[in-house]
Amino acid sequence: MNPLTNLSPRVRAWLGFGLGAVVLFAAAPALLTDFRLSLLAKYLCFAIVAVGIGLAWGRGGLLTLGQGVFFGLGGYAMAMHLKLADAGEGNMPDFMELYGQLDELPAWWAPFANPVFALAATVLLPMLVAFGLGSLVFRRRVRGAYFAILSQALAAAMVILLIGQQGTTGGTNGLTDIEGFFGYDLDDPVNQRMVYFIIAGVLLALLALTRQLMHSRYGELLVAVRDSEERVRFLGYNPANVKLVAYVVAAGMAGLAGALFVPAVGIISPALIGIVPSIEFVIGVAVGGRAALLGPVLGAVAVAWAKTALSERFPGTWTYLQGAMFVLVVAFLPGGLASLWGLLKRRREATPPAPEVGERVLVKEVAA
Amino acid sequence: MLRFHRRRLAACSVALAAALAISACGSKTGESDSTGGVTADTSGDTVKVGLLNSLSGTMAISEVTVRDAIMLAVEEINAAGGVLGKKLAPVGEDGASDWPTFAEKAEKLIKVDRVAAVFGCWTSASRKAVKPVFEENKALLFYPVQYEGLEQSPYIFYTGATTNQQIVPGLDYLKAQGKKSVYLVGSDYVFPRTANKIIKAYAEANGLKVLGEDYAPLGSTEFGTIVNKVKASKAEAVFNTLNGDSNVAFFKEYKSAGLTAASMPVVSVSIAEEEVKSIGTQYLAGQLTAWNYYQTTTGAANDKFVKAYKAKFGADKPTSDPMEAAYVSVYLWKAMVEKAGSFDVEKVKGASNGVTFEAPEGLVTIDGATQHIHKTARIGKIGDDGLITEVWNSGGPVKPDPYLKGYPGASGLS
Repeated sequence: MNPLTNLSPRVRAWLGFGLGAVVLFAAAPALLTDFRLSLLAKYLCFAIVAVGIGLAWGRGGLLTLGQGVFFGLGGYAMAMHLKLADAGEGNMPDFMELYGQLDELPAWWAPFANPVFALAATVLLPMLVAFGLGSLVFRRRVRGAYFAILSQALAAAMVILLIGQQGTTGGTNGLTDIEGFFGYDLDDPVNQRMVYFIIAGVLLALLALTRQLMHSRYGELLVAVRDSEERVRFLGYNPANVKLVAYVVAAGMAGLAGALFVPAVGIISPALIGIVPSIEFVIGVAVGGRAALLGPVLGAVAVAWAKTALSERFPGTWTYLQGAMFVLVVAFLPGGLASLWGLLKRRREATPPAPEVGERVLVKEVAA
Repeated sequence: MLRFHRRRLAACSVALAAALAISACGSKTGESDSTGGVTADTSGDTVKVGLLNSLSGTMAISEVTVRDAIMLAVEEINAAGGVLGKKLAPVGEDGASDWPTFAEKAEKLIKVDRVAAVFGCWTSASRKAVKPVFEENKALLFYPVQYEGLEQSPYIFYTGATTNQQIVPGLDYLKAQGKKSVYLVGSDYVFPRTANKIIKAYAEANGLKVLGEDYAPLGSTEFGTIVNKVKASKAEAVFNTLNGDSNVAFFKEYKSAGLTAASMPVVSVSIAEEEVKSIGTQYLAGQLTAWNYYQTTTGAANDKFVKAYKAKFGADKPTSDPMEAAYVSVYLWKAMVEKAGSFDVEKVKGASNGVTFEAPEGLVTIDGATQHIHKTARIGKIGDDGLITEVWNSGGPVKPDPYLKGYPGASGLS
């Protein structure tokens, strides 16, 4: 028997986090060049979004096809502050002078000059929007495809809004050319590395938080709501509130990821928050395995890494290869990459296969 | 349970402390910048050059032709002995019609491949996304597409037209034709919105009435409302900054509404030979375009370019303005490097002023101060055969003026 399986789940989790910390904080910075490390920082931002989707979709059954909105809210909140900081007190950001023809900073920009307000907004603003939408939607028992369509509509609407307000939002260009991060020069590779460490640290912390949530009474309730909402209702719980918490937490994570994405990549634009990127977030989670804790993280990083690697190797044909990869994973590994380990172990031990979490979910959905 | 919590807390704080310790020596904003600037690898027999175009996504249809034109120039230069005795090795990357991807790939070309220069980008948004990357790393980008002006990065050379070489001549032409009013139709992104701002400023200074201004989302194919508004406005001409597929729907709707090139001509600034082919000449014949180059432009340099392009990529493939500007950009870089006698970015930039090239569009000259080029403006009429023939030109190359400093009424734009 594998000695690892004899350990208690708590110790295994502790070991897992230790291993994750070693990989992210020691191995990756030592092995990767500055450029590759900055790419990894970007992938980890997607992974943070994925952790939230894993909770809301994998555990809660909420197909959140509009996470781009929350990613964008967080990203814009952060970028607005950084642009204002770059411009210096009393000045307007460069693009506003170029396109806006405004005499003074718009009122809704002004509070973002305060770093505390901006930082809080990166998380609270997405959560607030999610709370507003979620309260309306879940109370009215909108679910399944309708919820997904609504999420998509929100993403599309936000993109149109941002593009239309070129003078104050930068339009299609988004907010680019960000030089500093709370006083630190982002051109400096040392500071880029710091941004990477912050992102990696946040990812690990959010994983710990999510694990705690998943293993709590609330986590059990969330899975119960996913699997049979009506029964949970009969037991006296309000499923709307249960779903709302998962949705709001996922939104907060996406917002934080967007905020961290800005210093890591140096740009936030409508191209990152519309329908297509929102779907891409979900694809990463599906590839990794949505119900497992680490599945979404692995999937998001794997999909983003594959996109970079394939497009560098095959600039002309990489989209086909990427498509083929998605088809293969969905067809042969419905539980995602996270189920690969269990699958291999079963093969080796030739024990009768126990249903995978992902498969069980799939059966349930077909049956519903 | 409690104990476990404490340990995790300890782990997190150790990680955070490590991060802060490592970051402690990072430079602050505003400090003198000693970092940045990856030198290109020019030690071998070959020198790498980067090609950064969208090979997938909505922009691929246009950007692939630009990539092909750059490849043609690279191959011609290699066949003639290369640059400073070194052959060029092109490295292609796919920007995927996605602005952050452009930034990622630009950084890869500069830092991993260590290219001597990068050629490419099409949309303004992609250029804005890569601009900080090139400035930070002190590397060169050659941008080959007409754009909305109001930009002058020290590390970008703009070989397409700026506004005073395309949009302003287009308006001058309409004015000379006796048109008193225009209607503005554009896609909803930076170029049309900025272009229309310039047009409105020009119109006000020149007694031209702007009767309406409408934007459709990029890729939109729903033009019933807009065309009805255009028709109802009874404008004497339409200035069209729509991009891509939207043009197909717009011109079909335009024709079915009974509007014609004779009654209400449309001046387009984003429809070149390649787009004419995909929209269909039956909808476009007789309409006007504003560019600096057409496939039919006369001259030995263009005959040679068109022939070489068709021989390589197919007889049915037209050549267009952005392709020509991209082709020219490689030759201009070569001339600058040879004048500088070095691949060093700062030396190449220093040598840029006054560098000329006998381009397919005619003689072009680099203006060192703005890093734009002197170009001849040309108004063309789309023919039944899908080709565009020149009906007016500026008589000679126009000096680039990206901030429209020399134009009354446009002073408040930047």
